[in-house]
Amino acid sequence: MTKRSNEPFLWILFGAGGVVAAFLIPIHLFLFGLAFPLGLLDAPDYERVLTLARHPLTRVYLFILCSLPLFHWAHRFRYTLYDGLQIKHLNELINLFCYGGAIVGTTVSAYLVWNLS
Amino acid sequence: MARYTEGHPRWHRTRVSTFWWLGSWPYLKFILRELSSVFIAWFVVMVLLQIRALSHGPGAYNQFQQWLRAPILVALNAISLFFVLFHAITWFNLAPKAMAVRLRGKRVPDLVITTPNYAAWLMVSALVAWLVLGG
Amino acid sequence: MEPAFQRYEVPFRRDWVVLDALNYIKDKLDGSLSFRWSCRMGICGSCGMMVNGEPKLTCATFLSDYGLRPIRVEPLKNFPVVRDLIIEMSGFTAKLSKVKPWIIRKDETPLSEGEFRQTPEQLDTFKQFSMCINCLLCYAACPVYGLDPLFAGPAAIALAQRYNMDSRDQGSNERLDTLSQHDGIWGCTFVGECTEVCPKNVDPAGAIQQYKLAAAKEWLKSFLMPWGGR
Repeated sequence: MTKRSNEPFLWILFGAGGVVAAFLIPIHLFLFGLAFPLGLLDAPDYERVLTLARHPLTRVYLFILCSLPLFHWAHRFRYTLYDGLQIKHLNELINLFCYGGAIVGTTVSAYLVWNLS
Repeated sequence: MARYTEGHPRWHRTRVSTFWWLGSWPYLKFILRELSSVFIAWFVVMVLLQIRALSHGPGAYNQFQQWLRAPILVALNAISLFFVLFHAITWFNLAPKAMAVRLRGKRVPDLVITTPNYAAWLMVSALVAWLVLGG
Repeated sequence: MEPAFQRYEVPFRRDWVVLDALNYIKDKLDGSLSFRWSCRMGICGSCGMMVNGEPKLTCATFLSDYGLRPIRVEPLKNFPVVRDLIIEMSGFTAKLSKVKPWIIRKDETPLSEGEFRQTPEQLDTFKQFSMCINCLLCYAACPVYGLDPLFAGPAAIALAQRYNMDSRDQGSNERLDTLSQHDGIWGCTFVGECTEVCPKNVDPAGAIQQYKLAAAKEWLKSFLMPWGGR
């Protein structure tokens, strides 16, 4: 009886990250990446953003917004490297780079969100 | 499983080009969809930088906002927005395929799943905008 | 020795399909041309070939769709070529056996208990996946299979899912052992081209994504409740 792959765990993370990315990133990217820098909308001032960000719920929200999409990227990019560039033989390196990167990013976001004071 | 090549090494098998994904429009669309994940990762990096700037005081945050106004950053974020939207749209359109929702014994048409997703997306986006802009 | 193209000129008839043209070539121009065909009506799955770079059933592809321009016919992509337009499909048949596309019962009920009854709703859950004619067009369209011939592929996985969803079957766990692997369902990246080219609307891509979700649920179950018997 062959042992089943643990891939489902990574796929679930990929799916969760994809959902978060699909629902939340467009509006965030539009506001903070285009609307405010281009002056299409008035950017909220420092005090307001800080107050918003400090709220415990926002901290959790920001952590999720940063961590899950990174795992979505990790999984998808890993397969893009496998199939797009045909470098599957480097799969240990690829896995380290992708999932390792996601773990590092998650840790950094946890640290930053914790230190928001 | 490579039985067929074991017994018949002379049989011809075309080598797949590194640029196989340029071979057809559907393949290219697929690779672009997969590459959208890179722009999603960029977005996360941007948010992390923003949170860090926030923690370092109004001066740092101002500098961060200035940085975002640089033309190259605006261009990058415009391209990122395109890819992030591409991700969202392909995601909502494909998600019903995995779920195969059945109601009263018949398969629910994909649109019945997709439409509420788009509606929820609009509502969530409006909520976030309202919270950020000072609701 | 590299493969080479050979040009033939065939009459244009409005009701001819590419298979008719191939048979004309074999009858009148070049008796050595080798290709598979049988039913000539889109149900046996024998005549799959690349027509102008797209996987098609040559019995279902009309000459008139291409105007009077040359039509390029090649053996089905991603398979080893035996000769001319004939590809080697034993790799696929081996995969098919591996996924056990038959009703698996843990408990054989005696004949006296009568037949298994199935409602139309129960049939509806897997009927679409049962329409597969093993024509292998989906394998020609799948870039993952093109890159890795060990990948189980759309048809094999869709057929496994056909039996998983069959209310009479009790073999999901067995098939999951075989297919919840990297060269099974997890190799698929949902390109979706398999579904696009399928002549019987099987939607193998949909079958595979459903399978992934089911496998993920199974994984969660075994992770959260490892004591549960399989």
